[in-house]
Amino acid sequence: MSSTKTKRKTVLMQGNEAIARGALAAGLDFFAGYPITPSTEIAEICSVELPKNNGKFIQMEDEIASISAIIGASLAGAKTMTATSGPGYSLMTEGIGFAKMTETPCVVVNVMRGGPSTGLPTKPSQSDIMQSKWGNHGDAPAIVLYPNSVSESYELSIRAMNLAEKYRTCVVLLSDEVLGHMREPIELPDLSQVRIVKRIKPTKPPEWYQHYPDNPKYPMPKASFGEGYRFHVTGLVHDSKGFPTNRADETAILMERLRNKIIHHMNDIVQLESFQMEDAKVTIFAAGITSRAAKEAVIMARKKGVKVGLLRPLTIWPFPDAAIRKLLGGQETIIVPELNEGQLSREIKRVMGCCWNDNVKTCKHIVQLNKTDGQLITPIEIFNLIKEVI
Amino acid sequence: MKKISQKEIHKYLRHDKKFPHVWCPGCSNGIVLGSTIRAIAELGFKKDNVAMVSGIGCSSRMPVYADFNTLHSLHGRAIAYATGIKMYKPDMEVVVITGDGDGTAIGGNHFIHAARRNIDLTVILINNYIYGMTGGQYSPTTPHGDKSTTTQYGNIDPTFDICKLAIGAGATFVARTSAYHAAESQSFIMQAFKHKGFSLVEIISACPVIYGKLNKKGDAPAMMKLMKENIIPVKQYEKLSQEDRIDKQTRGILFHDTEKMEYTDAYQELIDSINKPEEGSNE
Repeated sequence: MSSTKTKRKTVLMQGNEAIARGALAAGLDFFAGYPITPSTEIAEICSVELPKNNGKFIQMEDEIASISAIIGASLAGAKTMTATSGPGYSLMTEGIGFAKMTETPCVVVNVMRGGPSTGLPTKPSQSDIMQSKWGNHGDAPAIVLYPNSVSESYELSIRAMNLAEKYRTCVVLLSDEVLGHMREPIELPDLSQVRIVKRIKPTKPPEWYQHYPDNPKYPMPKASFGEGYRFHVTGLVHDSKGFPTNRADETAILMERLRNKIIHHMNDIVQLESFQMEDAKVTIFAAGITSRAAKEAVIMARKKGVKVGLLRPLTIWPFPDAAIRKLLGGQETIIVPELNEGQLSREIKRVMGCCWNDNVKTCKHIVQLNKTDGQLITPIEIFNLIKEVI
Repeated sequence: MKKISQKEIHKYLRHDKKFPHVWCPGCSNGIVLGSTIRAIAELGFKKDNVAMVSGIGCSSRMPVYADFNTLHSLHGRAIAYATGIKMYKPDMEVVVITGDGDGTAIGGNHFIHAARRNIDLTVILINNYIYGMTGGQYSPTTPHGDKSTTTQYGNIDPTFDICKLAIGAGATFVARTSAYHAAESQSFIMQAFKHKGFSLVEIISACPVIYGKLNKKGDAPAMMKLMKENIIPVKQYEKLSQEDRIDKQTRGILFHDTEKMEYTDAYQELIDSINKPEEGSNE
């Protein structure tokens, strides 16, 4: 491409392709993966594109090896990603915990399909919302993003890579079978204008270098293997230099750091989108593919004069408790449509101060719409529910 | 083979709050660490350019003591982590420290696939016939009939021959020795580093506190003597009758192939081939 061509270009692109191209735009230079429907296009595109720019692609023997290889490469200085779906994500969870514990940047894409187990490999689902936070053992906060269009898949893929780098953690990018496989026109950004978080190299002499500084600022200088710093990395609880410890004070510092780097940066991490919320009495809370049907339902209801709005999280975890409490506080009814048995609605009930059990009186105004038969929730189904609750 | 002084070895150890080490009295892991460092010192590798990766287990605690780029990864996954490092930085010397359980039970899949790819990793597998860290459960190499905390009536499992497994999977440098043969360990590790491709050095080791005790093998010196007597050169082994071969294992370089393409080289060739300018291009 000639350098004078800086005009933004509109192309037809598939959701999975957008994730791959977004990550490449963000500097992805190492991808390890294992084939699984419906995520395979991401690996396929990376296998073609990475070696063109001296990047590396490797198809590993399983998903455990894939997450391990990207963490290894990240420690050696790479910007890394892997992509999978439910069964593979389950296998990766121990590695995801390791990346969080060792504060090693990487991105895991989970193109959700119907579960549990092998489930419905070619059907959409949103049933890994909870797993994306709680999948790994132990307390470790998560950053999880979930787009609702092809162009947003591209944007959030860049954002996932940036957040992973900035906060030194494993960021999960959720998608789903329909989002991953549908095609939409997308306007590609001028790459020179895209904000990329680069890895800052330490300037301290090696003997002063702490891989895990006590008072971190994000982003922070971080050494990679082979750069003269010879630090230690372990999944054991470790001190500021990375060496194992079981001292209570050092353990507390580590656990606090892992927690605080997320909860102290909520404003930076959380993205919420509201639509027609100004005068709404009823609000639909929906994410990902379901939010598109919800938006359509809002438009239909508005035409009938019903005051309905839509609140959509682009960041699923950390869950934006305070913002949601503020935005949904005055609502008579909140409808939560989702392709699972009630994972986002459970959070809404928690945030709005009521028990998850539907029979509890205080929860009357939170209405679930759940579907787990492999079909999408349609605008008309949400519209009909709006009519029912007003 | 060069004699490496104690003083020289200390240059490769971390001295800030890492010692005393976690290993039991009489454990062979320290001897293997010594052989590994001697090999690296003899080769003159820069410490900055060595990555030492391990999984979980007694032997996998080794990297924390060594002054390299060190990664104590997840149980069984050391080779997969090391593959990521080596792929991204092929110029680094990547050595994997693993054990019989970590390397061939939970990590068996990564072991055979890294061997198949012939990626240039140096895998030092310390085989003590048992899971020591968790208190003495049987592993894929616990000899038939032996006792462990989970085979208290005697082990009915057949065992892996780890070297044969590696050769079968496509490894291109395969050697076995024991911790008793520390000089030979140093030599094999050095040759494994020099070899371009997947190298395995299996080092039989003594776990007197758990395996030895459960199987009445005696104390640490007695187990050293057993290794001296039972881990024998291939030629000597071949002369023995079938009956005399029981309890014996071979040592030596069991396989060495310098022809097979190394994986990161193959990937670089791929990069070069797709990026070379098209013929007849006017640009």
